[in-house]
Amino acid sequence: MPSRDPPAEQDPELLRRLLRAKDRMDAAYEEDWPVERLARVSHVSAAHFARSFRQAFGVPPHRYLLTRRIERATALLRDTALPVTEIAFQTGWRSLGTFGRIFRDIAGASPGAIRARERAAAHQLGRTPGCFLSAAHRPDLTIAVSEKRRRGANAIKRPRLKEVR
Amino acid sequence: MSQHVEVVGLYVRDQDEALAFYVEKLGFRVHTDARNGEYRWLTVQHPDQPSFQLGLFAPGPPVHDAATAQTLRAMVAKGAMPPLVMMVDDCRAAHERLRGRGVEFTQEPVERYGAVDASFRDPSGNGWKLMQARR
Repeated sequence: MPSRDPPAEQDPELLRRLLRAKDRMDAAYEEDWPVERLARVSHVSAAHFARSFRQAFGVPPHRYLLTRRIERATALLRDTALPVTEIAFQTGWRSLGTFGRIFRDIAGASPGAIRARERAAAHQLGRTPGCFLSAAHRPDLTIAVSEKRRRGANAIKRPRLKEVR
Repeated sequence: MSQHVEVVGLYVRDQDEALAFYVEKLGFRVHTDARNGEYRWLTVQHPDQPSFQLGLFAPGPPVHDAATAQTLRAMVAKGAMPPLVMMVDDCRAAHERLRGRGVEFTQEPVERYGAVDASFRDPSGNGWKLMQARR
């Protein structure tokens, strides 16, 4: 990895405004969140927002939203009997195909398979307050979905190859 | 009860702002507000919980060097501090009341497993759950 100068310290006042945009995505994850809209919440320019958000929270804003949607979809699969189509719609997807593909890329199994697995494990969740479970179950998406997919494909072809960073 | 937890503190970006928020918006009472040079020991109390004080502390000298204080301020502003939970009898009513006073809610009341919870932040970024237990 090339050496880089340490990133400049971010102004806490800016961070507080970036947090507000992150909170808004968490609250309305089913809505569209183009960078311009998020930037308005944080009172910064769109270019500044994307760069600052990533520096503050370690992931680009759109990927943050993706982790929230997948976490919510997983919870709905576990806790409700809603059809997968309805869950896809409620978590902000317009196409069932896209939802299924990205869900598999991130969660490692289809929505139906995850539903069966989560329900089998659900009885163990009782002791953590429900509202904190969602944070615990957020997928740790430190790489782009396309990269995760590519690595998954490589792993199938060459199972002994170590992950290259 | 002589053995108990007496004070747990939060970091806040501005003690005057925090005091106004916790007292005027959340309904806490000031327990101690003592200054010693640059240092200000500030604690508030939930009206129904006289044995416990919530400290509202500002990162900075003389307790922290400049870099440490900056890190702490950034952590608070990013919402990276640990969860805080406040129990209420009626979450929806409390949400309505606090929202009317201008509290920044980050999650509307939701019922899960028979309990109702909502989320809000203090001006610094500390995240609170407002929780109504299962009946």
